[in-house]
Amino acid sequence: MKNLIISPAPHAHNNDTVQKTMLNVLIALVPAYLVSLYFFGLGALIVSLTAVISCVLFEYLIQRFLLKGKNSIVDLSSVVTGLLLAFNLPSNLPLWMIIIGALVAIGIGKMSFGGLGNNPFNPALVGRVFLLISFPVEMTAWPRPMNNWNIFSSYIDAETAATPLAMLKGHFGELPNTMDLLLGNMGGSLGEVSAIALIIGGLYLIIRKVISWHIPVSILGTVAIFTAILHAANPELYASADIHLLTGGLMLGAIFMATDYATSPMNGKAQLFYGIGIGFITVIIRTFGAYPEGVSFAILIMNGVTPLLNHYIKPKRFGEKVKAQKVTK
Amino acid sequence: MKTFRIGGIHPTDHKLSANIPIETVALPKQAIVPLSQHIGAPAQPIVEKGDHVKVGQVIAAANGFVSVNVHAPISGVVTKIDTALDAWGLPMPSIFIDAEEDGDEWLETIDRTPDLNRIYKLTGKEIIKKIQDAGIVGLGGACFPTHVKLSPPPGSKVEVLIINAVECEPYLTCDHQLMLERGEEIFIGISLLMRALEIEHAIVGIENNKKDAIELFQKIANRHFGIEICPLKLRYPQGGEKQLIDATIGRQVPSGALPIAVGAVVQNVATVYAVYEAVQKNKPLIDRVMTVTGESVTRRGNYLVRFGTPLADVIAQAGGIPENTGKIIAGGPMMGRAMSNVNMPAHKRTSGILIMTEAESVRREPVNCMRCGKCVEACPMGLEPFLLVRQAEMRLWDDMEQNAIMDCIECGCCLYSCPSNRPLLDYVRMGKATVGGIIRTRATQK
Ligand code: SF4
Ligand code: SF4
Repeated sequence: MKNLIISPAPHAHNNDTVQKTMLNVLIALVPAYLVSLYFFGLGALIVSLTAVISCVLFEYLIQRFLLKGKNSIVDLSSVVTGLLLAFNLPSNLPLWMIIIGALVAIGIGKMSFGGLGNNPFNPALVGRVFLLISFPVEMTAWPRPMNNWNIFSSYIDAETAATPLAMLKGHFGELPNTMDLLLGNMGGSLGEVSAIALIIGGLYLIIRKVISWHIPVSILGTVAIFTAILHAANPELYASADIHLLTGGLMLGAIFMATDYATSPMNGKAQLFYGIGIGFITVIIRTFGAYPEGVSFAILIMNGVTPLLNHYIKPKRFGEKVKAQKVTK
Repeated sequence: MKTFRIGGIHPTDHKLSANIPIETVALPKQAIVPLSQHIGAPAQPIVEKGDHVKVGQVIAAANGFVSVNVHAPISGVVTKIDTALDAWGLPMPSIFIDAEEDGDEWLETIDRTPDLNRIYKLTGKEIIKKIQDAGIVGLGGACFPTHVKLSPPPGSKVEVLIINAVECEPYLTCDHQLMLERGEEIFIGISLLMRALEIEHAIVGIENNKKDAIELFQKIANRHFGIEICPLKLRYPQGGEKQLIDATIGRQVPSGALPIAVGAVVQNVATVYAVYEAVQKNKPLIDRVMTVTGESVTRRGNYLVRFGTPLADVIAQAGGIPENTGKIIAGGPMMGRAMSNVNMPAHKRTSGILIMTEAESVRREPVNCMRCGKCVEACPMGLEPFLLVRQAEMRLWDDMEQNAIMDCIECGCCLYSCPSNRPLLDYVRMGKATVGGIIRTRATQK
């Protein structure tokens, strides 16, 4: 008889893979992507394709020629990074800037640490923040969503609009109505505008158990409570909670950026602290800081705190402080 | 419906051999009976070469308190006392018995009729003695001598007996089938154990994928005093002692402690049946029901096997080893061990044989840990497998000890759930071995 295979238990696996996980994230991004194609037309398509292709290509080249490791692009994580990067960019950003952003995201944000799982900071955000600091003008001039569809003009000479968040610093009156905020009919980065589409994606991720509820809920909850308090204290100066929740990159950040595996804590308890931290810092930057938007910075800051959270906040161990119960008969 | 509170997974249960009636496997020409089929000191042979033995006769006696008798599974002549190879090709001291005539001549004292015996004659102490004499050990896989568990250390108080009828390992169905076919006997066995422990309350934990068994047991329970059926939500590793106690009575055994610390004693349902046979029918533990299963197995089912029968014979009766076999596992897919030697004799620990095809046997290549936390979420002991692995790689034994590596029950949930296919449990096991050694060595200094 031929030799039997000997290996230690367990002999079963749930057949989950990195690739399947990433595919699920991509599926979850589809609704928001469709909305952005609808509102930003060709621009959204060009920006996203450029970002995805360059991220995948950079990962491939770096892995092949610098790290000389196994080809890792099949795990689809660089596609996710590319798409998330695109989601954080205005839909008329010049191509070369996008390519630089992709290089920074993949090259510095991810591969310089050894690739998937080893990066301390969310690569897409590293790319985004790099672009924001380098090209502040281009990065904050958002095309107005097209109300009459003209695909071809949408990338080349799109009208620009301030985001509602920028209006918060002084122009309350021009705010879009809540329905537009929910659907995403406002200026903003490519993928961040439609809260509804993002929430649908988030629910999908939670149902498929790709992420747990802890991070999104704690971020959104903190922002809601904190801004509601501010608004109650001075409605003239501070926008209400729903405006904060529905505008800017908060939904995108809370659901897709902050939940990045490698850069968020590993257990539910620590994730709550992490989420509360992000929510808190976001509101501080938005209301008191110089930038209109704070989600990216808040997430990056808390990415830096993640190792500490992992170290000090442990999952609940079996047998640790549980109330003894009476055996009932 | 109840279940345990931390971690756990939902593997596909693959109960391919469910509801297949128990079939008796033909007696072997030669039985090889290992002296150590239990945790504790190996039994001492009390027969010599050339002795004639009958089925059920003691051939090796318990060597100390944590040890049990070993009995002749077939009748015949002792040909040698020598080493045989275990499932991994390692030597184990065994008694070889060659069958004479049909090999089925029993001791006269054993009641072989199928009649139920409901008469309780023995006192608790006598029951415990009988259980030790009959060679009974935990048949759930641990093989810990049952009488030891029934003799709680002084100062501790048993409040409840928990019967493990969970069978959470995928594929295995032997306990399930035994419950369906020997329900009344099992209840008498539970009553005997309650007598032995001097308690009046027992809980039978059954997972919800065995609805017929739950229904049957609930019916029988109406006629028995103090026995409660507790249906449990399907979740692995619910059959782990600590998890089962948490699921049924909501108490968590502290790290390093035994179930008795929370007033519980846990016994497997097959063990309970063995207790019935020993006490009421005077029959020692010489056989057990085991599942032979796998997608490719033609006659998969639940087989009653005398110990000492080569597993190859058992597999042959189940249709033989298929061409495309990659792995043969003693036990289930989560905690069973891959065998290299199928001529190894069946013994008290063998709860099943799982034959996996080559395609099912491949382990995918591990890739980078993406720090998804799935292993943390899955661990029923609340550990951080990814971290323990990193520390094992860096040989940070003290850190591993602090991170409670010794609490690991080796259930395999972590590795099962890892999308990157990291060899988590492999490293954790290595770490456990070293840290355990350090702890023991430290203890000798004091
Ligand atoms: S499940 Fe695997 S990939 Fe995820 S954190 Fe654990 S070891 Fe890493
Ligand atoms: S094998 Fe150990 S570390 Fe892994 S899930 Fe089970 S108890 Fe946790």
